[in-house]
Amino acid sequence: MNAVETKSERLDGWNRPPVIAPDGEGELLEVAMGPHHPSTHGVFRMDLALDGERVVRLKPVFGYLHRNHEKIAEQASYLASMPYTDRLDYICSLTNNWAYALAVEKLAGQEVPERAQYIRVILGELTRIQNHASSIGFLIQEMGASGTPLMYAFKEREKILDLFESLTGSRMMCNYMRFGGCRVDVSAAWLEATRKVVAGLPQFVEEFETLLSSNEILMARCQGVGILKPGLAVNAGVTGPMLRASGVDYDIRKVDHYGIYDRFKFRVPLGDHGDVYDRYMVRILEIRESIKIVEQALKEIPGGPIMDPKAKIRGFRPKPGEAYGRIEAPKGELGFYLISDGGPNPYRYRVRPPSLINLTVLEDMCLGSNVADVVLIFGSVDIVLGEVDR
Amino acid sequence: MQEIKAAIEAAVPGAGVEFVSNPGPAAEHSLRLAPASAVAVATFLRDDADLALDFLSNVTGIDWPDKEIAEKVKVTRQVTKTVDGVEQPVEETVEETRKRVEPGCLEAVYHLYSVAKKHGPLVIRMKTANRTDQVELPSLTPVWRSAEFQEREVFDLYGIVFTGHPDLRRLLMWEGFKDHPMRRDYVEPDDYEYEPTPHDHVLARAREHKSGD
Repeated sequence: MNAVETKSERLDGWNRPPVIAPDGEGELLEVAMGPHHPSTHGVFRMDLALDGERVVRLKPVFGYLHRNHEKIAEQASYLASMPYTDRLDYICSLTNNWAYALAVEKLAGQEVPERAQYIRVILGELTRIQNHASSIGFLIQEMGASGTPLMYAFKEREKILDLFESLTGSRMMCNYMRFGGCRVDVSAAWLEATRKVVAGLPQFVEEFETLLSSNEILMARCQGVGILKPGLAVNAGVTGPMLRASGVDYDIRKVDHYGIYDRFKFRVPLGDHGDVYDRYMVRILEIRESIKIVEQALKEIPGGPIMDPKAKIRGFRPKPGEAYGRIEAPKGELGFYLISDGGPNPYRYRVRPPSLINLTVLEDMCLGSNVADVVLIFGSVDIVLGEVDR
Repeated sequence: MQEIKAAIEAAVPGAGVEFVSNPGPAAEHSLRLAPASAVAVATFLRDDADLALDFLSNVTGIDWPDKEIAEKVKVTRQVTKTVDGVEQPVEETVEETRKRVEPGCLEAVYHLYSVAKKHGPLVIRMKTANRTDQVELPSLTPVWRSAEFQEREVFDLYGIVFTGHPDLRRLLMWEGFKDHPMRRDYVEPDDYEYEPTPHDHVLARAREHKSGD
């Protein structure tokens, strides 16, 4: 095949002339932060140019964890990609499953029974609670509060992961949802155990907030740092808690009403400064709203089947066509774009990764700030590299 | 969808918008833009007060390789046949299979939503002229920043060159990598991490040693 000459060959990084500081005095210090920097959640590199302590350029470098997930999915059957979606954002495998199942159901025109919808909401919101708790824990950890707040968050996350394990057989790689329903039914004992865990959650949030929200150091480090303006946030496709922390009221659970989200009463927390502190606060408030949703769902969950009786597991071939399904994942809008040509595997399979697209504005947020704040701003974006690099 | 098409044509004369229907149950139809006027149309879609499609959610590429289509055609021709002992020309109709190659292309697909009006999606798409040397499409990054990394990814994995992109480099594959892995005719090299090292001759001697003799 005639490979098109790539521009990257022309932009050879090694022979670049030294970068001169904007005021013409001296050279800038170029720092490669990562790929093994402890704050990078895995393998991610930022090429920084520093003028003293101030950031004047930041270029993210991706691809250390790239395995071409999309190509692999195009060579496998629809169902065979379901366990692989767990590995995208490995903190929240259940919402990945949900987004993929939603897209395929849209592609094939399938219905999901009532009980399965409730199970999905319960699991999706529990996933959001544990993701937000641990992402705040990581953020505080990166700020230098080594250990304690993260362990507070992990203590609660552990209880939720135990629930996932007893239901799906796995703590993180759940592989639970199916096209047209869920894999196994929840037992009455599991629902009871979930009620118990959820009943303890408000106390945890209370405790977590007492520990953190009005902490002097946290406020000093987070307030007014990494400001993202709402106009830029929308234009740059930022989604999730990051977008709402900038004061933009856009929650796909409220906009699309996918699943059965129109039945639950919950509010969408918004920030108004768009700084790191607002992102922290929006996540705390979203945990509170998620607890409310799970409580309502646990109260109302009906009996009945968990799989659409017409759903085909073997020989599943959707009619030719395409569909884009998206959900409000804990990190932002997670979407799957699928094209079927009538065959057993998708002709085109695309993941819209919120973690990658939220990083578009990383440079804009970091420019002019202290190099020590880059770690903090980056932590407040809340990414998982398994999803960024795919 | 037809209303949006009419609105685009009214706002951008000669836009050349084409309706692409989606036969699946999702019925998310799309509009195909002509590359020449795509930026103008995209700006209109973003800035129009009614549409206000200010949020570009998803950008992706699709590879459509050259397709060989076999068609059965009825052909009538003159043949000489012996009828009643006399040779005479007769018309005869035969079915013939003809093969033609439908040229392939690369396609970029954009999913637009409106944060202000909370509607969507509007799917727009653009096609390149072919898959080899005319793979340029206008970049929509100047209109929506969220295309920045996603168009880089499409360039990386499919090889669509987005003209007007501020920083078109590979996103996921490494610098100096040739070829585009998401294309359907991509062949994986046997050992793509092979690099000659100064110790090659040592390794060769070690292999020799292991093989005995």
